[in-house]
Amino acid sequence: MKTELFQSTLIGLRDAIAARAVSATEVTRAYLDRIERHDGLLHAYHEVYRQRALERAAAVDDGRVCGVLAGVPVAIKDNLCTEWGYTTCSSRILENYRSPYTATAVERLERAGAVILGKTNLDEFAMGSSTENCAFGPTRNPWDPQRVPGGSSGGSAAAVAADVCAGALGSDTGGSIRQPAALCGVVGLKPTYGRVSRFGLVAFASSLDQIGPFAHTVADAALLLQVISGPDPRDSTCADVPVPDYLRGVDEPVRGVRIGIAKQYLSDANDPAVAAAAERAVEVFRGAGAKVVEVDLPHTEYGIPTYYIVATAEASSNLARYDGVRYGYRAPQAEDLEDLYSSSRAEGFGDEVKRRIMLGTYALSSGYYDAYYVRALKVRRLIKRDFDAAFEKCDAILCPTTTGPAFRLGEKTDDPLAMYLNDVYTVNANLAGIPAISVPAGFAETSGPGGRKIRLPLGMQLLGPVFKEEALLRIARMCEAAVEWSSARPELVA
Amino acid sequence: MPPTAAPVATGEIQTHGLKARLMVGMEVHVELATRSKMFSPAPNVAHPDFHDAEPNTLCDPIVLGMPGVLPVINKQAVEMAMLVGLALGCRIARMTKWDRKSYYYPDLPKNYQISQYDQPLCVDGAVEVPVTDEPDAPTHTVRIIRAHLEEDAGKLLHEAPGGTKIDHSIVDLNRAGTPLLEIVTHPDLDSPELVVSFAQLLRNTCRALGVSEGVMQRGHMRFEPNINVVIEKDGRTYKTPIVEIKNLNSFKALYAAVKFEFQRQIDEWLETGRVMGAGMKATRGWDDIDQVTVPQRQKEDAHDYRYFPDPDLVPVVVSDEWIASVKAHLPELPLQRQRRYVSELGLGVKDARALIEEREVCQFYERVLALGVDPRRAAAMLLNNGAKRANERGCLVSQLGITPPQIKGIVDLLQADKIGSTAADELFGLCCESPEPAEALAQKHGLLQVSDTAALEGYVDQVLANPKNAKIVEDLRGGKDKAIGALMGQIMKLSKGQANPKLVTELIKSRITGG
Repeated sequence: MKTELFQSTLIGLRDAIAARAVSATEVTRAYLDRIERHDGLLHAYHEVYRQRALERAAAVDDGRVCGVLAGVPVAIKDNLCTEWGYTTCSSRILENYRSPYTATAVERLERAGAVILGKTNLDEFAMGSSTENCAFGPTRNPWDPQRVPGGSSGGSAAAVAADVCAGALGSDTGGSIRQPAALCGVVGLKPTYGRVSRFGLVAFASSLDQIGPFAHTVADAALLLQVISGPDPRDSTCADVPVPDYLRGVDEPVRGVRIGIAKQYLSDANDPAVAAAAERAVEVFRGAGAKVVEVDLPHTEYGIPTYYIVATAEASSNLARYDGVRYGYRAPQAEDLEDLYSSSRAEGFGDEVKRRIMLGTYALSSGYYDAYYVRALKVRRLIKRDFDAAFEKCDAILCPTTTGPAFRLGEKTDDPLAMYLNDVYTVNANLAGIPAISVPAGFAETSGPGGRKIRLPLGMQLLGPVFKEEALLRIARMCEAAVEWSSARPELVA
Repeated sequence: MPPTAAPVATGEIQTHGLKARLMVGMEVHVELATRSKMFSPAPNVAHPDFHDAEPNTLCDPIVLGMPGVLPVINKQAVEMAMLVGLALGCRIARMTKWDRKSYYYPDLPKNYQISQYDQPLCVDGAVEVPVTDEPDAPTHTVRIIRAHLEEDAGKLLHEAPGGTKIDHSIVDLNRAGTPLLEIVTHPDLDSPELVVSFAQLLRNTCRALGVSEGVMQRGHMRFEPNINVVIEKDGRTYKTPIVEIKNLNSFKALYAAVKFEFQRQIDEWLETGRVMGAGMKATRGWDDIDQVTVPQRQKEDAHDYRYFPDPDLVPVVVSDEWIASVKAHLPELPLQRQRRYVSELGLGVKDARALIEEREVCQFYERVLALGVDPRRAAAMLLNNGAKRANERGCLVSQLGITPPQIKGIVDLLQADKIGSTAADELFGLCCESPEPAEALAQKHGLLQVSDTAALEGYVDQVLANPKNAKIVEDLRGGKDKAIGALMGQIMKLSKGQANPKLVTELIKSRITGG
């Protein structure tokens, strides 16, 4: 397959297959080969379904499978359940776990004809911001293998960035799609809470988790969102809200769009390159005729502590089921029931997961519940109210996705708090349930070994009101169209 | 069944110069007989179709708590719970939510139970519990604090099916996820008899509402009385610490356990003087063999359930329309019905109770009544001719095959003197086997009485003429009407049981007096 096809968009590839310019089998084979060539270093994938992908591609080629994604090779985060292969969540405790059913979002991808290449690496149970908390090794950033891809959906972000898939699904609980998208230079979208069914997504924090797409372009992300969205009788938190055609009109700029800028997001903590990217993005919108307005999000600073109470509380309960009784890792030779529970969990979970289970258990325990959990819910409501008020004045809020570019592997692993602060710009969208998208917005330049210049991607984030993904995508496209960072590819694998 | 209608309230004891009064509040778990489970489409073991399922066959990924699954509320369970709530005079909450109750146990797949913590579906009810069996017995008000929905846990077995010894425990998750309605009362029950009367009323109510089979042996209903004693001595009042007795699943055990615990708490108080205080609530179990309550292993420190709202479920908003539509399905309740049967239909209390015992039988009886059949005759037909056959076959009267119109047919024939009671019973049997109208069957099998005077005169003359009967005829002439019986027997024999006894009596009388 020609290199141009890899460098094409997901939609471009889809159209080429539909036009029979290239067969789905050729495309799949080419991607599988590319995985073979590059994934040894990157470790974006945990598992590749070579045989199954080729069978699916053949089915597309002989017309047994069709749909808007027919033949498009995609990757899915390894916390999405599939009837085939393993579903490990990058955890020892699920190392050999096979799911008896397939997640709704994955089912929808396949029904649309997508060819699922494999499952991507993540921080264990999606808890982390660097894809280093992994039972089976970290993922590396395609722009600089010494650096992390972000997390927790680091495998999916790196896979898209390195063109070892055309698009991918991740999950976002506090920024786990947007932050790695920014650090890998791709588009990542966290939909409105309730836009995409969570059935089959292994739960981290149920009231925050949402599945979303990664792609090189806004339009590609729109198409993936289109396919996976919509009500699901198996998820009562999935909203019965009609799914508009996200692709139609995605290229049309929103006339008179009002872009909100919140001073709370322009902190001194930002890397100069991030600050510059933010200014550049504002200029792009001004140039496109947008009205830039100042908005106030006074409770922003409470987002991180609130998030780490709500998310860990829910996680402590969601992860209680991994007990060695019915499935998953069971400690050998446990002496009694207590020992079976504690040894299986002690040996099966990694440190970060244990840390969060303990934090969450503490926050929910009697005597502390009101001071932590109940108060966090109150702050959560205030944060949501901030956004409601801001969206009276603007159509989307523009802010950096992260304070800086990708950091080095191991740089923050000994400092959980520094790691948690990675999510400072992203957690509030989860707390408020609003959609948010990260688009490539330039680079920070740094020097690598031997003084070699390295470009590290940056992302800008756009946040919109609930279920207004259609407008949000159009606004994100305006930003993307003006700069076209999306065509940039890391040198490593170019 | 424990004794009811005790002449003396056994909830009060005077001994050792003290007066002790029993206080019991009840927690009752009712397994709802929905088709599927509380939060998953897996079949429900409490539904009669799935009672005898093999272990671990009523499971799906949701029941097993597999990674990534989500619960979805069973609407039928919510409506059944509303029905019970309405029957217990509860207010139905307009908004009810779901909470997770966390504890680790191998029969609880997620290691948390989805329950309702602070916003239960039904609140603030009250029921009138009859103190005795008498139709106009006084009633005692039992206030209901709440009734909420939750999911049941599975079962942990310590021996293999068939009783084989094993050195480990095994889990059967068939019951896991079964919809459970937990009903909690105020401590308004003051005697073991009343506790049982309340429990029975609740069982009858649930069965009449069709929300539970109420098969005690299957654990469809489980009782957990919370018991303490108010002791008055030397002008002072003392309250003993509350004891909760777990998992009683027969009325007999319930009665015995409450009675035992009453005495035990008095004895303990006399010995230790311990009174109620914070953190003193204890849990005991019932030892059915020794008939005593025994302390259960307690891990009070482990009992932090860390309740919090289940983020996988959305609160249920209950509209007035929904409540109204559920209310429209609320049938007459057993106690009301029993009383109506006694006061309006003139049935005896025993018969009335027997008829309302089984919902299906009661509905059958009502269908017979709807045809205009005399209520007492219809009841007699079902409870005499029907019940003995049903017992023999091990089914309900309503399942014998006889139809309400056939019963009307039999009663009509009886009332028109066309058949006697023996023939009626035989005809009842025939109706169970054939769909033909009762009268046609009676005709076909020669059960109709002979009312043809000429034929009957023949029999009467024949008998009177028999010299062996001379003494009897003499007695009759002397005014001993009872002697007719002996002649009647012979005439019945001659007529193969078909002679109309009323006409025969008249004929004999007229022959003897007028003759």
